[in-house]
Amino acid sequence: MMEFFTALAEQSFLQSAVIAGVLASIACGLIGSYVVVMRISYLAGGIAHSVMGGMGIAYFLGGSPFVGALIAAVISALIIGLVKLYWQAREDTLIGALWASGMALGIIFISQTPGYQVDLMSYLFGNILLVAEDDLWLMAGMDVVIVGAIALLYRPFQAVAFDPEFARLRGLPVNLLYLLLLCIVALTVVLLIQVVGLILVIALLTLPAAIAGHYVRTLSSLMALATLLGLGFTSTGLALSYGPDLPAGATIILLAAGCFVISSLFSARKKSMQSPETPRK
Amino acid sequence: MGRFAKNIIEFDRVSFRYQSVPVLDNITLAVREGEFLGLVGPNGGGKSTLLKLIMGLITPDAGTVKVFGTAAKKARARLGYVPQFARFPSDFPITVEETVLMGCLNPGRLLQRYTQKDRELARKCLKETGVAEFADRPIDQLSGGQLQRVLIARALASEPDLLLLDEPTASVDSHQEKGVFDLFKELNKRMSIIVISHDIGFITDYVDRVACLNKELLCHETHCITPDVIEQMYGGHVHAIHHHSHAI
Repeated sequence: MMEFFTALAEQSFLQSAVIAGVLASIACGLIGSYVVVMRISYLAGGIAHSVMGGMGIAYFLGGSPFVGALIAAVISALIIGLVKLYWQAREDTLIGALWASGMALGIIFISQTPGYQVDLMSYLFGNILLVAEDDLWLMAGMDVVIVGAIALLYRPFQAVAFDPEFARLRGLPVNLLYLLLLCIVALTVVLLIQVVGLILVIALLTLPAAIAGHYVRTLSSLMALATLLGLGFTSTGLALSYGPDLPAGATIILLAAGCFVISSLFSARKKSMQSPETPRK
Repeated sequence: MGRFAKNIIEFDRVSFRYQSVPVLDNITLAVREGEFLGLVGPNGGGKSTLLKLIMGLITPDAGTVKVFGTAAKKARARLGYVPQFARFPSDFPITVEETVLMGCLNPGRLLQRYTQKDRELARKCLKETGVAEFADRPIDQLSGGQLQRVLIARALASEPDLLLLDEPTASVDSHQEKGVFDLFKELNKRMSIIVISHDIGFITDYVDRVACLNKELLCHETHCITPDVIEQMYGGHVHAIHHHSHAI
């Protein structure tokens, strides 16, 4: 562990990795809180994987994979959102279909791209140790956008996440807000995939907020605690992985998942000891 | 303007289908200002659908719905609504006060924050429904009856002229039911109320009028609920029990 801190003082790639962890934790702590309380982590997973299709097509056409990913993410967010709002039935099947066909599309297009071999592993697990300075600025910009959107729309978003029917009765544009929220989730996923990889994005979106949910009683404190936990997991994971030279992203994920299991057991035990006098169904 | 002076809700030959299943058929109904209307009928008889039409959450396939003399959607701001059961996940991180504050959300304004006035109103509504002491508790630490009173407070925070209640005592112990209806009777002094119930005998002590709904509107005067009407509504296996008011 000591050698990590010595290296941190000297190596700029490690400093970048820690900063990337901080910036990713802010985005994931805020957006992940909505993902967890609205129970849409499967939906976020679907958006994240469908991104592969957009990237593959972009490689094939010689365009920017980032733009391809962004377009694919927003399109699948809107498809899933519109189906949920207007069609209602079986959105889970649709998410599964988008999830699988997005990845399949990506692989087919990449295989047909002449003279270019893309390492798919790097999109799945990313490499937080190879973050470029440009990426850090991009992430910082995204964090500003997310914090701004939530600061302005905290109450309406809360109302839509909590009880859409009541929010609609109070005259809020519920469908618009819901789709906007899904698009912000898509944007977050796309930007972070570049940096930390698809699997770490899903882990950071869901695990810190799910753990925080065991301890807090308001959405804003959930966001704050989830962000802090994300910070803890990314920095501790980096430090743990450095000595034995383990993959950093995978170490962070397993650390977060381990804490989630322990916290779930702890909170289940606490709940069974202090159940209210007349528990609700 | 006196009580019952004008109609606040007018259904004119309204029909509604859910997918291809008819739910409401040719309903004509007027509700008067200040009225306390009970809405009874079997499950699937269209009671909740009728409330949704009033709230403008759905539109009729035929006929017209007018609320406060205008299209239902435009009158939403004057309505308060209490759902049958909480539709939100019980582990949502939110306090009782924050839940009630949602009643203060205003139509059409997107960038809104709650003001000190909103908070005072929320506290007042919690006091009125008798759950002020739980204001700072997370909602997952309430009993069914307490949560129901919080949802009534949320509806009151909209300062409605018409309160819509969908089986408000479904999750309340029967000995608390009277307390909840006494509260409605008190609220009825300043607002009109429509309440869905399937306990005809109980609500007739409180409401001005009962409407019986099973796709069609069978009857809407309390005195004409005869065993025949009940049989027509629920089928032949219901035995009429004569209620002598409050005799035990």
